[in-house]
Amino acid sequence: MTDITKDAMMPSRSFLSQDAIQVFYRLLAALLICAVLAVLSDSFLSLGNILNVLRQASLTFFIASGLTLVVLTAGLDLSVGANVALSACIAGTVIHKTGSPALGILTGLACGGLVGLLNGIMVTALRIPSFIATYGMLWVLNGLTYWYMAGETLHGFPAGFRQIGSGYLFGLPIPVYLLLVFLGIGTFFAQRTIWGQEIYAIGANPVAARLSGIPVARRLLLVYAVSGTMAGLASIIFLSRLNSAEADIGESLTLPAIAAVLIGGTSLFGGVGTVFGTFIGALILTLVLNGMNLLSVSANWQPLVTGVIVILAVWLDMKTRRRAQ
Amino acid sequence: MSDALPVEVTTPTPLLELRGISKEFPGVKALDDVSFAVYPGEVHMLLGENGAGKSSLMKVLCGAYRADAGEFYYKGDKVAISSTADAQKLGIAVIFQEFSLVPHLDIAQNIFLGREPGGRIPGTIDRRKILADAKRVLDTIGFDIDPSTTVDKLGVAQQQMVEIAKAISQNARILVMDEPTAALSDRETELLFALIARLKGDGVSIVYISHRMAEVFALGDRITVLRDGRRIDGVKPADVTPDQLVRMMVGRNVDMTYPRNFADKPGELLLEVKGLSAPTGISDINIEVRRGEIVGLCGLVGSGRSEVARAIFGADPVTSGEIIFDGKAISGEPDLAARRGIALIPESRKSEGLALLRSVSDNLVVSALRKLFPSGLFDSRGAQRTSDALIRQLRIATPSARQTVGLLSGGNQQKVVIGKWLAAGSKLFIFDEPTRGIDIGAKSEIFALIDRLVAEGAAALMISSEQIEICHVCDRAYVMREGRIAGHLARNELTEENIVRLGMHHA
Repeated sequence: MTDITKDAMMPSRSFLSQDAIQVFYRLLAALLICAVLAVLSDSFLSLGNILNVLRQASLTFFIASGLTLVVLTAGLDLSVGANVALSACIAGTVIHKTGSPALGILTGLACGGLVGLLNGIMVTALRIPSFIATYGMLWVLNGLTYWYMAGETLHGFPAGFRQIGSGYLFGLPIPVYLLLVFLGIGTFFAQRTIWGQEIYAIGANPVAARLSGIPVARRLLLVYAVSGTMAGLASIIFLSRLNSAEADIGESLTLPAIAAVLIGGTSLFGGVGTVFGTFIGALILTLVLNGMNLLSVSANWQPLVTGVIVILAVWLDMKTRRRAQ
Repeated sequence: MSDALPVEVTTPTPLLELRGISKEFPGVKALDDVSFAVYPGEVHMLLGENGAGKSSLMKVLCGAYRADAGEFYYKGDKVAISSTADAQKLGIAVIFQEFSLVPHLDIAQNIFLGREPGGRIPGTIDRRKILADAKRVLDTIGFDIDPSTTVDKLGVAQQQMVEIAKAISQNARILVMDEPTAALSDRETELLFALIARLKGDGVSIVYISHRMAEVFALGDRITVLRDGRRIDGVKPADVTPDQLVRMMVGRNVDMTYPRNFADKPGELLLEVKGLSAPTGISDINIEVRRGEIVGLCGLVGSGRSEVARAIFGADPVTSGEIIFDGKAISGEPDLAARRGIALIPESRKSEGLALLRSVSDNLVVSALRKLFPSGLFDSRGAQRTSDALIRQLRIATPSARQTVGLLSGGNQQKVVIGKWLAAGSKLFIFDEPTRGIDIGAKSEIFALIDRLVAEGAAALMISSEQIEICHVCDRAYVMREGRIAGHLARNELTEENIVRLGMHHA
């Protein structure tokens, strides 16, 4: 009996192909939204608007990509938004004090990474559930940022630094290049390194992963540190794009990032999902918001629409996954 | 003789009688035409090896399982026990080994959980009445303690007393106790025995599951022996010797043989465990395993076999002792043990051995990632090739390496768990109940595989509750009892009787 006939008798299913199917559906959904918006609004298909959508999506994606790895291990990082705020304020201060954007960028990344590492230590060494550990961290970071900023606003950064968030290269916004770079790195890390494989294994069954000889604690530390560092990166882009930093800039970032991860098909139960899916998730989220702006729908409706999309996406995933089992 | 009820001319009708009880699970006949009678005010000992059907019988008694066939008679009248509520109405209560108390509530609240006396305002609890009632129940069993003490402040023996008080408060006439002395000290055991005598005096019948020979003879009015889900015999303690009981429990099981190529002389020392103790309850474990050997680790469930396996693998912390593997001391997490060449095939393969939602290939390479891809770069085609080779070598029945592993049969899942350690190139394979829930064909395949592994210079430490498997397959075996090594059996001493004798409690 050849492999083909055997396959026909007992359909083979793996999550690699399952992932591919999920990403395909999402791309389809994104294209559908684009088509609808193109019909409904003349300005949607303009180059300026499309680049704007990509730039917006990139900001969500930076935070959401690191978060995807955490969610793949069946964890959650609720502190990413607060981490962006603290890292931005610290990086901004360093740039103001030293005049060196490079030093500021390094400090921002280091601050983000350190916060992530602390999250990882709470989750691994102290065995606090990630949801609670990072929720507590959210408050701690908020408190630190408000105390540190004392109501002040940092404003005005060197022109070179501002290029990162608002500059163009060959007609494309620089954040879009960064988006492509980190999309590539994230996908490569998750799919093509043994660390990525181990992260999927941990998310699928942490007990079995440990008893299979995977250093679970070290991988979790890595994942939280990466999530924090990506928040640090996002803080730099924000700082550069807004040309200012305030204590409250992170408050509206965490929930959209989680939405992008979920819309992108990563399961909160771990082990299933892709970084590319998260990119599409961020894109869908931004497209919908962009469309609502173009169609002059009140911004008050945006949270509701986001919520409905998240619920729909997760429900559809659960349906397809259940069918696959 | 196995189906005949004990002929008791002088005794009255049984309080409860089970006739021809059968209970089947997929692939296993847990109870096969078992008859069993409990008379008023007697202590009825229930004896049998692991998997003999004691727990199943207990669960049928208390209504947790519904028997597939058979009848129940209460004081001679036919009754139905199809739910725990039915059993409770008949006055049957079970004291499980794992207590079902709520730790943060006090003794009185636990005793009357779910049937608290109401206060004057609907929905409230009459606190004074509940304490007084609890005090009265505690007095009847002679347990002198303040009923407002929270349960988490109590020791095991005291919690057991609360469980018994709870049962008595529900007017239990038949008390089923599952190894009640397993976690008690000698002094506590004496107190429990005194209580049992007292309850007997009040006409309460006790069904007592035990692995301790001394208890069986000290307490029992009657003994029922189960084996392979069947009732083997019902006897009175005065009419048997401990040796006879052991033979009844073990019996003969001639239709299963697993041929093995025993090596002429064992190879070099691979694993040496010296004085190992762990907070999980094992102490002073000394074990040696040589290349080319399959060494058995037997004993009753709960004697600490899995804990030894986990401690060697680094899955649980250890308090003292040494583990020397391949000439070098080893301590740390499982990733270290795995990298050194130790493999653990855990008891519950679904929850501890596999990522059920991932593919066969993902599961097969998960322990060998570093070995297969030393550069750190994962290549799914390389993983596929390795998996395909293992699927062929182990004859894993799967349509492809991309099949979700949770969809395979138990035997094939077990092969995947073993396969992942073959891919990793392990030298010592620790098997914890490798044939549990696996059909006979797959069993002999797995034993043939283990035999081949050790013939090629690896070694195996095998935990099994199936003594017959240990006897057929192992070069020698250690027998555990209460967290310690109770004895060592060389190849020529390896019989089921010897294993059971060492694993039981004589003193």
